[in-house]
Amino acid sequence: MMAARRWLFASPWMWSYLGAALVWIAAIIFTRGYGAGGMLIAALSLAVFTVVVGIGQMFVITLGPGNVDLSLPANIGLSSAVAMTVMAGDDRLVAIGLAAALGCGLAIGIVNYLLIRALSIPPIIATLSASFIIQSIDISYGRGLQIKPPPGFADFTNIQILGIPLLAILTAVFTVAAGIALQRTVYGRSVLAIGQNIRAARLAGIRVGWVRFATYALSGMLGGLDGALLAGYFRGANVDIGNEYLLASVAVVVIGGTSVAGGKANVAGLWGAALFLVLLLTMLNTFGVSAGVRLLVTGFVIVAVISAAGGEKKRD
Amino acid sequence: MTAKSSVAARPAFMPFGKTDSPRLLRALLPALSLALVLLAIAWLNQRAISYFGFTLMLNLAIPIALATVAQMFIITGNDLDLSIGAFVGFVGCVTATWLRDTPILGILTLLGCVGVYAALGALIHWRNLPSIVVTLGMNFVWQGLAVLLLPKPGGRAPDWLLASMSVKPPLVPFPVLAALIIAAVTYFGLMRTSYGAILRGSGGNATAIGRAGWSLLKAKIVLYACAGLFGVLSGLSLIGITTSGDANIGNGYTLLSIAGVILGGGEFVGGRVSPIGAVIGALTLALAASPLLTFMHLPPDWQVAANGAILIVVLAARALISRREVEQ
Repeated sequence: MMAARRWLFASPWMWSYLGAALVWIAAIIFTRGYGAGGMLIAALSLAVFTVVVGIGQMFVITLGPGNVDLSLPANIGLSSAVAMTVMAGDDRLVAIGLAAALGCGLAIGIVNYLLIRALSIPPIIATLSASFIIQSIDISYGRGLQIKPPPGFADFTNIQILGIPLLAILTAVFTVAAGIALQRTVYGRSVLAIGQNIRAARLAGIRVGWVRFATYALSGMLGGLDGALLAGYFRGANVDIGNEYLLASVAVVVIGGTSVAGGKANVAGLWGAALFLVLLLTMLNTFGVSAGVRLLVTGFVIVAVISAAGGEKKRD
Repeated sequence: MTAKSSVAARPAFMPFGKTDSPRLLRALLPALSLALVLLAIAWLNQRAISYFGFTLMLNLAIPIALATVAQMFIITGNDLDLSIGAFVGFVGCVTATWLRDTPILGILTLLGCVGVYAALGALIHWRNLPSIVVTLGMNFVWQGLAVLLLPKPGGRAPDWLLASMSVKPPLVPFPVLAALIIAAVTYFGLMRTSYGAILRGSGGNATAIGRAGWSLLKAKIVLYACAGLFGVLSGLSLIGITTSGDANIGNGYTLLSIAGVILGGGEFVGGRVSPIGAVIGALTLALAASPLLTFMHLPPDWQVAANGAILIVVLAARALISRREVEQ
């Protein structure tokens, strides 16, 4: 019992799973057990989209203070429009459309990094300025665009295997791969090293520029992929489709136990945090509260979680 | 060469003793970018450069400038406020409802808002929290409160506020006058008082300020309370101009305010901010976003892009200047 408690306190990301379980139980107590399974399935389906961008955001945040990708919402919006236009409602073009979305995201990631590097400005401002421009391109390009996803692709995003959404399974596999990449590959270890001390990392011979470039490119591509998947799942692209994912991506990274100061990442926590946020909304919905209360509670929970977890010990 | 010899002749205790031409250029950059935008507008439409032209073009610049100054206080302490837009929206909702119908409740609520900001500063310092995440959460909180208070756009600004926002002073257009006052007040408070220096120092070298016996907790609380105060003023002026409230009215202000501070020469870390620059930055963004595009006959789709492009151009110029600064 003591060991279990110590383990729980040593791995704060477990709280996110615990929290997810608690809000789920609260919701099913309210419905007297009705729809318990359905709620979990729906939560898994929705959590996927947050986890995908969360992984990209996690790698970026792990690079160290000031590193954050604010261009994700604009990226998701534009990529979803690009993917749907390229697919043009035709099942045979799905692969090309996905590639186009990835390419669009990759291009945005590259632009982000070029701004950071060429103008030597903080990533927050670089990705912010980029997102202003991407947003305008999207508004201008996506105006009046009402393209539905190809039926095959829309179905694909909703397939369930043994009751579990296929996308969730694929994302889980991808999460494991990301975890291995973070802890067991030169690239991942380099990201962690840069986040802990960029100067030491550079002196140790890590190609800092290349690693940062790869990380922003990765975040961009995941944003692009997420855009395409969202458009498939919600049956259509629109400019605002990515809006909630700026806050959500940062929130799952932090609630999931990744350090905002960089150098310490937690992949497993992403799923717990994403499920927690989605189930929290589900619970509030089953309680039948208004949109205002839903926002209010979500906000309080984020502030409470981060206050309880506490910040980094000051490093001198 | 002349510039250098004059620098050498300066006494060491001059506040700008190390000034050399790149550094001066860097300080002038915000004003230069504003001048450039104004020139472009004058070139495209001469009639805009008039008393009424400025009153119309810069109307919405007042709340943007106030929100930018609020953000500047947070950035002074090495933090970032991602909730200022939602906060301005909530203040707007309070202004359009309670402040008109039950003034006492409205005033108490607005004072309470400043108190909440001060408390956030204390919480962030006490638990050593990342401000980005805390304000991210607060963004939801303010948004939720605004929606609860005013589910549908509506309400009406109090008459005294409407009257004060449509004042027509002689010679100088009201928004220009307001910008001058905002810049002067914040410049004096943050750059010319001894406690202002402590506040900037808490962002520049917190350890040194702490060792010198100043309370870092108090500094953080003061910075956040100032941000809350200017956020409230921003919401008030916004509703004074738009006359009615909307829960989503301030949504764009978070990003605009960050952009304004940076455009005005502020740095993300180290307590290096410039109140005058921040106000100029806000004016530049307000002008570039809408009037300039209108005169260039570009669709409003590209408004946000114009902000992004200006930010990139100014930062590119700054990077060039800084490179020269390092080389010298």
